[in-house]
Amino acid sequence: MANVISDETIEYVGILAKLELSDKEKEQAKSDMGRMLDYIDKLGELDTTDVEPMSHVFPVQNVFREDVVTNGDDREKLLSNAPQEKDGMFMVPRTFD
Amino acid sequence: MSKQYETVIGLEVHVELATKTKIFCGCSTAFGAEPNTQTCPVCTGMPGSLPVLNKQVLEYAIAVGLATNCDITRYAKFDRKNYFYPDNPQNYQISQLYLPICRNGGVEIETAEGGIKTVGIHEIHMEEDAGKLIHDEWEDCSLVDYNRSGVPLIEIVSEPDMRSAEEVIAYLEKLRLVIQYLGASDCKLQEGSMRADVNLSVREVGAETFGTRTEMKNLNSFKAITRAIEGERERQIDLIESGESVVQETRRWDDAKGESYAMRSKEDAQDYRYFPDPDLTPISVSEEMLAEIRAKQPEFRTEKRKRYKEEFDIPDYDIEIITGEKPLADLFEATVAFGSQPKKVSNWLMGETLRLMKEREVDASDLCFSPENLAKLIALTESRAINSSVAKEVFEVMFEKDIDPEKYVEEKGLKTVNDEGALKKVVEEVIAANPQSVEDYRNGKEKAIGFLVGQTMKAMKGKADPGAVNRMLKELL
Amino acid sequence: MNITDMTAVQLSAAIRAGETTAVEAAEAVLAKIEEEDKKYNCYVTVDREGALAQAKKVQAQIEAGELTGPLAGVPVALKDNLCTEGLLTTCSSKILHNFVPTYTAEAVKNLVRAGAVILGKTNMDEFAMGSTTETSAYGPTKNPRNTDHVPGGSSGGSAAAVAAGECVYAIGSDTGGSIRQPASYCGVVGMKPTYGTVSRYGLIAYGSSLDQIGPLAKDVTDCATVLEALASHDRKDSTSIARDDTNFTAALTEDVKGLRIGIPNDYLGEGLDDEVKEAVLQAAKVLEEKGAVVERFDLSLVEYAIPAYYTIAAAEASSNLERFDGIKYGYRTEEYAGLHNMYKKSRSEGFGEEVKRRIMLGSFVLSSGYYDAYYLKALKVKALIKKAFDEAFAKYDIILGPVAPTTAPKLGESLADPIRMYLGDIYTIAVNLAGLPGISVPCGQDSKGLPVGLQLIGDCFQEKKLIRAAYSYEQEVCRHE
Repeated sequence: MANVISDETIEYVGILAKLELSDKEKEQAKSDMGRMLDYIDKLGELDTTDVEPMSHVFPVQNVFREDVVTNGDDREKLLSNAPQEKDGMFMVPRTFD
Repeated sequence: MSKQYETVIGLEVHVELATKTKIFCGCSTAFGAEPNTQTCPVCTGMPGSLPVLNKQVLEYAIAVGLATNCDITRYAKFDRKNYFYPDNPQNYQISQLYLPICRNGGVEIETAEGGIKTVGIHEIHMEEDAGKLIHDEWEDCSLVDYNRSGVPLIEIVSEPDMRSAEEVIAYLEKLRLVIQYLGASDCKLQEGSMRADVNLSVREVGAETFGTRTEMKNLNSFKAITRAIEGERERQIDLIESGESVVQETRRWDDAKGESYAMRSKEDAQDYRYFPDPDLTPISVSEEMLAEIRAKQPEFRTEKRKRYKEEFDIPDYDIEIITGEKPLADLFEATVAFGSQPKKVSNWLMGETLRLMKEREVDASDLCFSPENLAKLIALTESRAINSSVAKEVFEVMFEKDIDPEKYVEEKGLKTVNDEGALKKVVEEVIAANPQSVEDYRNGKEKAIGFLVGQTMKAMKGKADPGAVNRMLKELL
Repeated sequence: MNITDMTAVQLSAAIRAGETTAVEAAEAVLAKIEEEDKKYNCYVTVDREGALAQAKKVQAQIEAGELTGPLAGVPVALKDNLCTEGLLTTCSSKILHNFVPTYTAEAVKNLVRAGAVILGKTNMDEFAMGSTTETSAYGPTKNPRNTDHVPGGSSGGSAAAVAAGECVYAIGSDTGGSIRQPASYCGVVGMKPTYGTVSRYGLIAYGSSLDQIGPLAKDVTDCATVLEALASHDRKDSTSIARDDTNFTAALTEDVKGLRIGIPNDYLGEGLDDEVKEAVLQAAKVLEEKGAVVERFDLSLVEYAIPAYYTIAAAEASSNLERFDGIKYGYRTEEYAGLHNMYKKSRSEGFGEEVKRRIMLGSFVLSSGYYDAYYLKALKVKALIKKAFDEAFAKYDIILGPVAPTTAPKLGESLADPIRMYLGDIYTIAVNLAGLPGISVPCGQDSKGLPVGLQLIGDCFQEKKLIRAAYSYEQEVCRHE
């Protein structure tokens, strides 16, 4: 395996992706990601000098909406799925100390 | 001998745009609604929802870019900035990194020495605002309100061209004025419609390279900005002098305590994994679109000053003050358009209006009286239908609530009594009742007449023209 | 008359003719689900009451002459990643185990307008990540043709429901083959239209630049009919395209004379099962005999589509799935210490293995220092792949090949080796990268009796050519049977 994924990398990606892996999962993730990256490295075989990266497949541009209010009060619906709510707001663990 | 340090400052200014709806959905941006009542699947990150760009946001962003001498990016895109936080419902913010709408601009500011200096603008990009977090002490938790989530912002990123708090304030004032003139935002620091993050580093005078910078957030007033800049400059110099190094970090300014602290967290990797948002199409700015926006650009302050000088006979000082706030200039021009004499309008704005604004802490953009009513008030004083103290009284009422001064004067019976017979009768009574003052006057004490005028005005309940009273007294004495 | 054997077009005609009613139709299919679904597990949610109420309403509208179309009164199954107001929508994930959308996907609204009766939500690979429907948090779906085998995925529940008669037609989504491959494994017709043809508003995103909604049906006629109803220009979806050629049923003609068909040599090479190859080439021969001009050619870059796809899809997915955080909806862990721990535990407990694998990969390829090497590189390769297709379509009207290298694998054989599973997407994936339309049509079976699918790929906006060729093939085969 050409790509060796370190514990630190798995830890770091876990912070980015907000995933907490067990030790066993971590080992699996290291091996899976290493193999996938080896596979993805195949793209390096292609010369892509002067190739524009294609984020959108069709040249559709300038899709806009007019600045007109179309939505009303949707609060009840919005909160209907909330794991925890209070006073019409979503309740979350405290965000600052 | 101690070293001399130079402060190097760049700003990231967020401006909330004055659109009716949010940047990517048709929810209202009106201020002050009940929590979460101005939301929809899009601005609350419901699964399956998709964003569509509000055209007005693009137009405002381009207008600000043109007014700040930027190059407009002809092919722009939106990118996702990924980070987890509860006020960010998708856990990514739609912003622009790779192809922001404006780049390479700059504005001129006046320096303390009276010179002119250009502060470069690195870029202006469009993005969405986050929701609001409220701390709940009872439950020891935070509550999330998404009304503000998706309100359109532009972020104006300056070059590190400023060297003092004065320059920072001058730059912010300049931006505020330009953006207000465009009508793109009301730019209120206190209410958060304009927010400035300060990037600051220090270096020895004459050094070629920049020092390590920090970013300071939570600056809600010009005073806080000034204090934060001073505080951070001192902190960094202290670190350097004591042989430590400045850490590149984001710090939060606590204006009450007058100090800042690092906003660091192990869980905060600051790696935003930007990539082009596949849900939004690229923006192609055509020549026509630019021409249209250019045609709609208003007259800015410089041109306005010049025109006022040519068109209106008012002092330069008045022009400076009036054009310094777009709402004042608008009010001035509209009132003049109703037929009032420019100098009279200017007097009302420079005098009573500014006085009351200061006294009651009212922003120019929140003035409520209409130019039509101001014109009516001026007409009432000009025709001597009311005297100046009554006029001031009426104006105070207008300042609170835009009333029609004609009706108000009528209803309250405040009109000056112009009936010569009635006035003569009262003056005669005052003369009879104040023999001492009459005598003093006749003995050459000119001042005594002032007392008699005052007594007459009092007897007339203020509804007389003091000039006419004065004339009649002199006649009868 | 056996309702569960009928196609949508046949059933709606029978309802219009008064031979049966929408309510009878719904009852018949619901009975079939009741009877069979324990075996196959096609559905995550069956909305019996909702379906019967809707059927009643639609029947009244049909009788009043307000609904006259070919889908009026016909029961449909929806993949569980399409938002349905008031009806549980899970993406077959624990993290959305209790999520009831507050609005309905635009594509589903279009169907409802056409008189569809929604039976329920079908099982899928969790968040559409997988090729077997085994990554579902609600157990695997089994292939009705042979329950030891997978139905394919990720729209496995939809394909299996059509094959088992547990719906008359179904809706799926296709990000890298997720409609075409299960259609192939289950022996039904499935189509992915040109990107932008069907609104994605209300489709819970996996890879936003690749996802498209499309039909799974019993025959090509139903497939064209359903696609015609699904397609619309939606102002709520910026990537939705205004098209004036979505009268797809107009292409249901038996005529392939002069149609230029190219078979990529790259699609017949190593890894392709001999029986599959034979069935596909036989199908090509049928079209050739009917007047099509069939040639072999080199498409090139085929082996690069999979690494480019997995980079792009994983990157987009890592971002799209960030919103599942235990705050606004869905699963929140029971115990946690602070905000970040809540995020991590909710997501780690709520997402399955394959989803986590792709989120990790996607977060990595976008992270600081790797963006250019991986993500940007993949976008450049995507541009090259699109160019290769453009060159092919300068010569051919249609590209023909297999849907998948093999027929449906056995349950439990695929997940152990993810890369091997990803390799199974080799013929379908490039179509999504290039935004092209593709259709999967049954073309026989292997010696185990498992269905083989023929894939036809068109240039963008050329669905009608695909429908015409697929219909011609299907009619010809029917005559022989």
